[in-house]
Amino acid sequence: MRRLLYLLPFLLFIGVGIAFYLGFERDPRDIPSALIDKPAPTFDLPAVPGQPATGGLSSTKLAGDVTLVNVFASWCIPCKAEHPIITRLSREQGVTVFGINYKDKPEDALTWLSRNGNPYAAIGADQDGRVSIDWGVYGVPESYLIDRKGRIRFKHVGPLTPQVVEDQILPMIKHLRQG
Amino acid sequence: MKRLLLAALLALSSLSPALAVQPDEVLADPALETRARAISQELRCLVCQNQSIDDSNAPLARDLRLLVRDRLKAGDSDGKVMEFVTDRYGDYVLLRPPFKAITVVLWIGPFAVLLLGAVGTFLFLRGRRGVAAGADTAPLSADERRRLDALLRKED
Repeated sequence: MRRLLYLLPFLLFIGVGIAFYLGFERDPRDIPSALIDKPAPTFDLPAVPGQPATGGLSSTKLAGDVTLVNVFASWCIPCKAEHPIITRLSREQGVTVFGINYKDKPEDALTWLSRNGNPYAAIGADQDGRVSIDWGVYGVPESYLIDRKGRIRFKHVGPLTPQVVEDQILPMIKHLRQG
Repeated sequence: MKRLLLAALLALSSLSPALAVQPDEVLADPALETRARAISQELRCLVCQNQSIDDSNAPLARDLRLLVRDRLKAGDSDGKVMEFVTDRYGDYVLLRPPFKAITVVLWIGPFAVLLLGAVGTFLFLRGRRGVAAGADTAPLSADERRRLDALLRKED
């Protein structure tokens, strides 16, 4: 009994060690969204000036289908990296992708879209970033999966990678389309 | 010499930490501004995670400071403003985590460890005093005394 008592600090140490180890495995940038399974915020954003073809983006456009909302900006380098992946999602997988253009100069956004292609069904220009705050955005790029009822079901912070698309986005879309 | 002193003074003053809050953010109403500052010191900047939005120069921190001020101007209570931000960013945005089931260890843990240490120390010290006291109360037997004397004599 007494010997067990002496072992206690050691066991405590091991326990704390495991807790820290698991903690370090986590990405500190990956903050769980407070909005998962909640309805997407109500908003109405105008189109990027000079790019009115698809119109702006409002919450009414989100309901009805499973969609991906992608927050991007022309000044954001990882956005450029994920752009081909988003384009593929939109063109090859038939996913409706909406864009929120975060704190961008319209002319920069236009140049960026004409240079890299525009995979978005509609883009809302969030010039002051207020709508993005409603979405809980804290760094671009961020992507959200919205179900048919307009609820946020999945959030990814940082650029979408083929692995994230393969392992998380596509299975989730399949699941949501069935649901 | 005077010029040198002035230069040194200027160089030093540039080392003092710059305030993140910009003059154009400050509210006209001092009472409201005080509340805004107090709130923004409680909110974590999500970009540079160990700073409050009051400390941080990140653009998002500025946006959130302005948002806090807008909410206050609209007549929200401090609690309402906090709720507005946590609705969007979760409890993570609070520098002082709320007391909940999943944060119990966080709040109680340090005190539990302190208490455990105190109890351990108390038991250890009492045990040691017991040993010392034991030595005092048990006198040497006649035999032990003889052997000790023999040993001491050998030393000489």
